[in-house]
Amino acid sequence: MSRVVVDVMLKPEILDPQGKAVHGAFDRLGFDGVASVRQGKRFEIELTGDAGPEAVAEIERAASTLLSNPVIEDYTLHVETEA
Amino acid sequence: MTTHRELDTTDAAAKTPDQAQPWDELGLKEHEYTRIRDILGRRPTNSELAMYSVMWSEHCSYKSSKAHLRQFGQKAPASDALLVGMGENAGVVDIGNGLAVTFKVESHNHPSYVEPYQGAATGVGGIVRDILAMGARPVAVMDPLRFGPMDADDTKRVLPGVVAGVGGYGNCLGLPNIGGEVVFDPSYAANPLVNALCVGVMRHEDIHLASASGVGNKVVLFGARTGGDGIGGASILASESFDDSKSSKRPSVQVGDPFMEKVLIECCLELFERRLVDGIQDLGAAGISCATSELASNGDGGMHVDLETVLLRDPTLTPGEILMSESQERMMGVVTPENLDAFLAVTGKWDVETAVIGEVTGTGRLVIDWHGETIVDVDPRTVAHEGPVYERPYARPAWQDELQAASPSALPRPSTGAELRDTLLRMLASPNLASKAWVTDQYDRYVLGNTVLAQPEDAGVLRLDESSGLGVAVSTDGNGRYTKLDPYTGAQLALAEAYRNVATTGARPLAVTDCLNFGSPEDPAVMWQFAEAVRGLADACQVLGTPVTGGNVSLYNQTGEAAILPTPVVGVLGVLDDVGRRIPQGFREPGQVIYLLGETGDEFGGSEWAWVTHGHLGGMPPSVDLDAERELAEILVNASRDGLVDAAHDVSDGGVAQALAEAVLRHGTGARVWVPDGVDPFVFLFSESQARAIVSVPRSEEVRFTDMCTARRFGHQRIGVVDDGGVLDVQNVLAVGVDELRNAHESTLPAVFDA
Amino acid sequence: MRIGVVTFPGSLDDRDAARAVRLAGGDAVELWHADADLHGVDAVVLPGGFSYGDYLRAGAIAGMAPVMRAVVDAARGGMPVLGICNGFQVLCETHLLPGAMIRNDRLRFVCRDQPLRVENADTAWTSAYEPGERIVVPLKNIDGCYVADERTLDQLEGEGRVAFRYDGHNPNGSLRDIAGVTNAAGNVVGLMPHPEHAVEPTVGPGSTDGLGFFTSVLETIEGMARA
Repeated sequence: MSRVVVDVMLKPEILDPQGKAVHGAFDRLGFDGVASVRQGKRFEIELTGDAGPEAVAEIERAASTLLSNPVIEDYTLHVETEA
Repeated sequence: MTTHRELDTTDAAAKTPDQAQPWDELGLKEHEYTRIRDILGRRPTNSELAMYSVMWSEHCSYKSSKAHLRQFGQKAPASDALLVGMGENAGVVDIGNGLAVTFKVESHNHPSYVEPYQGAATGVGGIVRDILAMGARPVAVMDPLRFGPMDADDTKRVLPGVVAGVGGYGNCLGLPNIGGEVVFDPSYAANPLVNALCVGVMRHEDIHLASASGVGNKVVLFGARTGGDGIGGASILASESFDDSKSSKRPSVQVGDPFMEKVLIECCLELFERRLVDGIQDLGAAGISCATSELASNGDGGMHVDLETVLLRDPTLTPGEILMSESQERMMGVVTPENLDAFLAVTGKWDVETAVIGEVTGTGRLVIDWHGETIVDVDPRTVAHEGPVYERPYARPAWQDELQAASPSALPRPSTGAELRDTLLRMLASPNLASKAWVTDQYDRYVLGNTVLAQPEDAGVLRLDESSGLGVAVSTDGNGRYTKLDPYTGAQLALAEAYRNVATTGARPLAVTDCLNFGSPEDPAVMWQFAEAVRGLADACQVLGTPVTGGNVSLYNQTGEAAILPTPVVGVLGVLDDVGRRIPQGFREPGQVIYLLGETGDEFGGSEWAWVTHGHLGGMPPSVDLDAERELAEILVNASRDGLVDAAHDVSDGGVAQALAEAVLRHGTGARVWVPDGVDPFVFLFSESQARAIVSVPRSEEVRFTDMCTARRFGHQRIGVVDDGGVLDVQNVLAVGVDELRNAHESTLPAVFDA
Repeated sequence: MRIGVVTFPGSLDDRDAARAVRLAGGDAVELWHADADLHGVDAVVLPGGFSYGDYLRAGAIAGMAPVMRAVVDAARGGMPVLGICNGFQVLCETHLLPGAMIRNDRLRFVCRDQPLRVENADTAWTSAYEPGERIVVPLKNIDGCYVADERTLDQLEGEGRVAFRYDGHNPNGSLRDIAGVTNAAGNVVGLMPHPEHAVEPTVGPGSTDGLGFFTSVLETIEGMARA
C-alpha cells in the first residue's frame, strides 16, 4: 500500500485571515523571528495498490478539481513510501 | 499489534469470584459494588462493571437529587397541557391545533471547561438528540452560560471557545439560537456553566417513547460510527486487557460532527413520518450501555445484542469500551422485522450507516454477546432505573445568617443627578448588564424562517404553524446571587423572571424545564441549597400552574472546597395563539405613554447595583409575590391579545434604569421619564423589586389599558413618554444621549474579547 | 411558474427559500442533490446551509453533486439560477460565477441585519429593485469573504456585474465590499446575504426587502415565456 500526500495552500496573493491570526498568536506568546504564517490543508490518500504513474495521475486530477479550488488555491503532491 | 488477553465473560466471572476489580477507580462506593454482586449473584464482568459504574454515576442516576426531585411530581399543578411528563427524554406539552412541543435544558459544564469548543458543541448536539428522540423536529436552541470574571485570562480562553462551539454546531445544524444568558461571576472561574436548551415540535400522534417492545423486533444502531470518544472510565478497564500506554491515548473529549447530526435529524424525521420506528433512544452519556438498558428497561421484555456487529471507527476498541463510548451523533431504534428493509432504505438515502445489532427478547434480561460469548447478562431495570438513591445529609450553613445580615442598606448610595447618571452608565457597561451581541451575533437566529423574536428580546418567540400563526415563547433565567442569599426564594425568583419574560412577549406560560447547577452533594451546605431550591421551585410551579416537564441536575460544580453560586436555571415555555400579536421590547412610536407596572420597594440584596458599585453580596434577595407575577402575566397576555401595548420589557437585573435604556436603545428612539412623587430617584431607577414591567401604550388605548389594571387592582404608574429625541431624559435627575448609552452598553465585550 | 429549490445533505435554508417562492406567488419544487433531473422547473435556487458540513471547502462537494451538472447546463442555456450563501459558494465552485469565498476577516460567524446596495437591477433576480436601492436582509456566514484577483474584480466592475455591495459596514472583509455578483448574461446571481429570510413582516428582521428577488424571477420567467 502506498500513500499520496496532497498539500493545498491559498495562493500567495490571497489574504489568509487564519494564517494571520496564527501569526498574531505567535507574537503574543513570544515566539520570535516569525515573518509570516500561512495555513493550509494536507490530505493523506492511501491507495489500494502501488503509486504508479497512472494512479498518481488520477490523484493529480482529483487534487486539481476536488481537493483544491484553482481560483484561490495551489496544491503540491508527493508520494510517500512506507519506510 | 496488541492482542486481547482474555475476554471477561459471565462464565469466567462465575468461576473467578475473588478476582479484584477496579470499582473504586470507576467511582463506585464499596457498598454499591457489593450491591451489584448481590444483584447478579456473582461478581460482575468487566463490561457489566463498566455499565453499572456509569449508569449509577451521579450524572446518569440522579442518586443524590432523586429524593428531592420527586416534589416536582408530587406538587405538580393540574395541567391539561402535559402530554408526557418527567422521566422520558423530555416532557411534551400540548399547544393546540394538534401540535405538541417538547423542550428541555441540560448541562455540559465540565467538558466545556476542559475543551470549550467541543464541550459546548457536543452539549448542543446532545440536547438536540434528546428532543429528536421524542419524535419531534428540533426547531430552536438557547444557551444559558456562566463564566468567571470577564477579564480573567481563563475566561478569555473559555468564553470564545464555548461561544464558537455553540455557534459552530448549532449554525451548521440549522437551528436558530433564540435566547439564553451570559453571566459572569468569580465563582464560575474554573467551573463555567454551559447549559443548552432545545425546543422541538411534533403532531400529537408522532410522540415517540424510548422503549423496546415486541419479541423479535430488531435493535438498530445508526448514525456515526463508534469510536474511542469520551470513554474515560472504561479506559481503566481497558488497561487491564491492553498495555497501559495505549489506553492513555483514548481521548476523554468527545468531538461533534454537526453535519452528521443534521443528516441524522432529517433521516429520523423521515423514519418517524413513515412510521418505521417503534422505539427510539439517543446515545449520550454511557453510550450503548445507557441506550440498551433504558430501552429494555422501559419495554416489556428483554434484549439480546451481538456487540461485534457495532460499526467501529477504531477497530481496536474492547467490548467494554464499545459499551461505554460516547461517540456523538448516534441513535438506537427498535424496528419490526417487516419494516426493516424500508428502514434501511431511508437510512441509505441519507447515507447514514446502520447496523442491526440485536433484537428484543422475552427473557426480561439484557444479554450482550461478543463473538458468541456472553459478557453482559443483567436485569436492565437494575442498571437503568433501580440504582442507588441517597438521602444525603443537609444542613443550613453556619454562614447563612451572617450573609443575610450583611444588608446592602448601609452601602453609600448615589444621590446627585451626576452620581446617578454615572451609576446608570457604569451599570449599563458592567459585564452582566452590557450588550451580549458579541456572543449572540455568532449564532444564526434566522434559519428555518420562523423566528419572531430573538435575543436581546425578553424571550425567544417562534412561529410553529404558518397558517394560524400559532407559536411559542421560551425564556431561561437563573440568578445565582439571589439563590446564594436565600436558595428557596432564589429558585422561585428564577422561575418568576423566566415566567415574566415569556408573558412580556404576550405568551401564556405553560410549562417549565430546569437545569439545577450546584456544588458537591457531599457537602451538607450545598445539599441544603439544593434541597431548598427544589422545594422553592416546586412550590412556585404549583402556584403559577406551570409543571416541571423535565430537566437535568448538574452537581459537583466546584473548585476544591469552593462551590459555585447555586444556580438553578429555569426555562419557561409559553404559547401565543398568533405570533403577529407578539410584543417586542423596544420603544418605537414617539408619543406613546410609558407605564411602570408593579410595586417598587427598596430592594438591593443581591442586586447588580450592590455588586457593580460595591462588590457586595449580602442581605435578602428581592421578595417574591407569585400572585402578583400571575396577575402581571395576565395583564400582559391580555394586552397583547387586545393590542393595548406596543412594547413591553421586564424589569429585573439593574432595575427600571436598565429596562428603560434597553427599550430606548432597541430602535434608537428616546424617552422623557419622571420619577413618581415621593419616590427616591435611586430606588426608582435601580431597585430590583420583582413582578414589574415597563410598557409603552398608544394614547388611543391608554384608557382601556389603565382600566384593565385598575380592575385587576394592579399597580400601574405613568412614568413617561416615548419620543424620538435620541435622549433618555429622567427629568430633573439625569439625561443621557442614545449614542452615549449605546457606547456604554455595546463596547464592553468587544473591548475584552476582540483585544 | 415552477422554481426548484435544491436540497443537499446539510442544506439548511431550503424550506425558507421554498416559502419565499410561494409567498412571491410561485410554485416551489423540491430538487434532490442525487437526482440529475430538474423536473421541468423554470428556475433554480441553491439555498444556504453547510452542504456536506462545508468540510472540504464551502460548497465544494455540493458542486460535484449530480443535480449540479443539470443546473450548470441549464444555467448556460439561460435558466435563472440564484445562489444564496452556501449556494453562492456552490456557484463559484462550479465556476458559473467568478471568485471564491474564504473565512471572514474576523474569523467568526456573523449574523446581522445587513444593509445592501443593489448595484445591478437588470438581472433575472433583481429587476424588481431600483438601481442604487438600499435594502436590509439578514447575513449569516463564517466563510463569506469574497475574493478574486484584481483583473477579475476590475472586469466585474467594468461590466456592471457586481450585483450587490455591503452598505456601510463590511461584515466579512469581502474585497470591494462585494456582497453578490452576476454572470454576464444576468441569469445567474449569487450573494452571501439571505433575501429569503426577509419576506414576511412578523418573522426574521421584520423587513420584506428580500421578496423582490422572487417576484423578479417570476416576472423574468413570464417575460421569457412571452418572448
